Amino acid sequence: MTTAPAIELRGISKAFGPVQANKDISIRVERGTIHGIIGENGAGKSTLMSILYGFYKADAGEIFIGGSKTEIPDSQAAIAAGIGMVFQHFKLVENFTVLENVVLGAEDGRLLKTSLSKARSELKALASDYGLNVDPDAVIETIGVGQQQRVEILKALYRQADILILDEPTGVLTPAEADQLFRILGRLKSEGKTIILITHKLREIMEITDTVSVMRRGEMTATVKTAETTPTELAELMVGRKVLLRVDKAPAQPGAPVLQIDGLSVTDSAGVQRLKDVSLNVRAGEILGIAGVAGNGQSELLEVLGGMRTATGRITMNGQPIDLTGKQSDGQSRRARGIGHVPEDRQREGLIMAYSAWENSVFGYHRDPRWQKGALMDNAGIESAAQEQMDRFDVRPPNPRLAARNFSGGNQQKIVVAREIDRNPDLLLIGQPTRGVDIGAIEFIHKQIIALRDEGKAILLVSVELDEILSLSDRVAVMFDGQIMGEGPAETATQVGLGCLMAGLGGDDTRDMTGWRITDAATIEEGTPDVARIEAQLADRHADASKEV
Amino acid sequence: MDRMPPWADALLVPLISLVLAAILSALVIIGIGEDPVAAVTLMVKGALGSTYGWGYTLYYATNFIFTGLAVAVAFHARMFNIGGEGQAMLGGLGVALVCLYLPLPHWTVALVAAALGAAAFGAAWAYVPAVLQARRGSHIVITTIMFNFIAAALLNYVLVNLLRPKGAMDPATAKFPEGTHLPTLHDMLAPVGIEFSKAAPANVTLLIALLACLAVWLLIWRTRLGYEIRAFGHSETAARYAGISPVRITVVAMLISGGLAGLMALNTTMGEAERLVLNSVEGAGFIGIAVALMGRSHPLGVLMAAILFGFLYQGGAELALWTNIPRELIVVIQALVILFTGALDNMVRMPLERLFLARRKKEG
Repeated sequence: MTTAPAIELRGISKAFGPVQANKDISIRVERGTIHGIIGENGAGKSTLMSILYGFYKADAGEIFIGGSKTEIPDSQAAIAAGIGMVFQHFKLVENFTVLENVVLGAEDGRLLKTSLSKARSELKALASDYGLNVDPDAVIETIGVGQQQRVEILKALYRQADILILDEPTGVLTPAEADQLFRILGRLKSEGKTIILITHKLREIMEITDTVSVMRRGEMTATVKTAETTPTELAELMVGRKVLLRVDKAPAQPGAPVLQIDGLSVTDSAGVQRLKDVSLNVRAGEILGIAGVAGNGQSELLEVLGGMRTATGRITMNGQPIDLTGKQSDGQSRRARGIGHVPEDRQREGLIMAYSAWENSVFGYHRDPRWQKGALMDNAGIESAAQEQMDRFDVRPPNPRLAARNFSGGNQQKIVVAREIDRNPDLLLIGQPTRGVDIGAIEFIHKQIIALRDEGKAILLVSVELDEILSLSDRVAVMFDGQIMGEGPAETATQVGLGCLMAGLGGDDTRDMTGWRITDAATIEEGTPDVARIEAQLADRHADASKEV
Repeated sequence: MDRMPPWADALLVPLISLVLAAILSALVIIGIGEDPVAAVTLMVKGALGSTYGWGYTLYYATNFIFTGLAVAVAFHARMFNIGGEGQAMLGGLGVALVCLYLPLPHWTVALVAAALGAAAFGAAWAYVPAVLQARRGSHIVITTIMFNFIAAALLNYVLVNLLRPKGAMDPATAKFPEGTHLPTLHDMLAPVGIEFSKAAPANVTLLIALLACLAVWLLIWRTRLGYEIRAFGHSETAARYAGISPVRITVVAMLISGGLAGLMALNTTMGEAERLVLNSVEGAGFIGIAVALMGRSHPLGVLMAAILFGFLYQGGAELALWTNIPRELIVVIQALVILFTGALDNMVRMPLERLFLARRKKEG
């Protein structure tokens, strides 16, 4: 049987000003397959999908859906053509129920009730067909992230989507939730749906796709059968050269404790306790990695240490206590105490996007008398220092006058990392160092972090990427629900064990992690927890957390 | 990168907006049976055709420079200070108190003292909304506009009950003493041999306004405080990350903004009326918003926009004087300019941006 491909793109090009985001891209996505699209940040994946979903208009090229040429001027047309999109950031109305969200925008008639009851029966059918079980009457803000994602998928299916595009779907999920998602995707595939999965995670590509297309610098460099390729080959195709997936580093030579945290607690403005009696220490010359699913208190920990949030408890830096609530608890005082901070969100925190690179190169250190010239700032001096710094940290393009927003994610991050490392801090806080950063820059940033460690500095690393935690850290601590679940050497940590701790569970899987101290909070559950139970627990915790908000 | 060239952003966009406003104004003038070409000629001649006209145009422009700068500074900290009106009123009170009650030997001393008084009173009037915003989250737009009404009522009370000379019939202070009278452009230009109209109110305050432009430029782009104000304006989270106190920046930016608005009173109260009258601000506080928008919150842009609005004010007055175009219609024309240059900025900007992108693509 010869069927037309579900989607065929021919010669798609799209430019934004001088930037060629998509260059003559042709791709065939066969019906009933899972097709992965992988590429570095800025490779043009999102642009391509936006063209397919009618957000952008291609400068050249043709789109064929199910064999017939189709114009997609807007997302309404994309939906009509049977394309559904699940965005990385969900587009759900938080205080609506699942049912209301599914119907939103697809109501028929003036009365809501008929649409809702029709949708209810349809949801039931979809749930049994694809294993997409969600309580239709649950309010979005009370259900977990994984469940919310299912609602997004249901929305697309309710609109008769035959082709589903998922943009970085696992970014916010726990390993267990991701597994569940993959099972659903497998089910959808077996029912004849076509799925396009955009991701930068090689493991996911290998795990569930049938075919994979690699994009680099706006071009489609290869389309291969997943079964006939290897992660290493894909990584090479992505960056166009051999890359190190492992980080080379010598064993740590830890010295005296630099940072000591004792009984740290944080309650946010809504009265929710975000950190519960956290105790940790980081020694000179070691990297402590904090693993955990996003939103379990890691951000708050960084914010307290970086002087962006007040807290109770006791923190000492080189033996001297630091102020947690008073006048000395701001970012300026922290920097004066030798704490450098690469924040989790460089675009909202670490950089002023409208500022030029040189202005950003002193952001947070702009009060340094070095940059004063009488009553004014020494702009010329800052600019030449920034130029020199950009050359050393290989920021591209090396133009200090360019606004931060005009740099790619990786180069933005390099600007932040360069600024913080160049102050030679005793302690470097570093949050999500490589989020949205391309592989080339990841390598560079990782090397900088290790070099700083080898100089005998203490480093506190927070990342939601388990691979990153495991490859960089000397010691690892896992956070869940504002508490430390366990802590131990990175060598003996296992993916499965960490996964359980990240879900707030102890149990057998953590037993063989020698040298690990598992806290009481994590040891309530005994025996090997099955995925379903972890899931249920997670959903509960998510629900609790969001209710409190 | 997806930007049009800076000259288009700074000049072409306002220019097109102005042309659109002019076309619409012309239609309105035709609609009431008058000749738009004659009207424009009259406006240009009345506002720019003589030193008398220039004297008035620059006098109004001086007011708008101060209020425009006031709004611009607050804009940089992402605050919408629409209390320029009230802050300028209070500035007038500061000028009056200094001029009436301090023994001032010479106008130079008086100018400095009155400037301090005006800025202090204007800043004080902005301080309360600023603190309410910074500490309590009360929206600055709401509080500053309410403070305009309070300022008007307060001034009314002070002028009628406290400062009005015995027996005087109008709510105004006594004439300021001779030593506080500021030299007009006529006085200043006569020694260098330039004949400038004696009747025009433009005075030495114009130079203070130009200095203020320079000072604001230095403050915003060359000092640490300006760096922090702009950073806070772009992203409060990032400011907090960098250890910039949101409370401090909010208050300081509003104090500077209020002080600049207050300085406007030098021109009206000390320079022109030489006494404090009830309605000396005449809406200049609100025009300042349009001036700052049109001038893209840049002192140079504010200066040019202020001169444009000075021209519209003076030209409009001439129109009302010499044609059958009623006074109200002048306000309509001014409003159209504000609407197009301020509120509808994006209407021109977006298509123009697309045009430039399309052209660049063709070249590339």
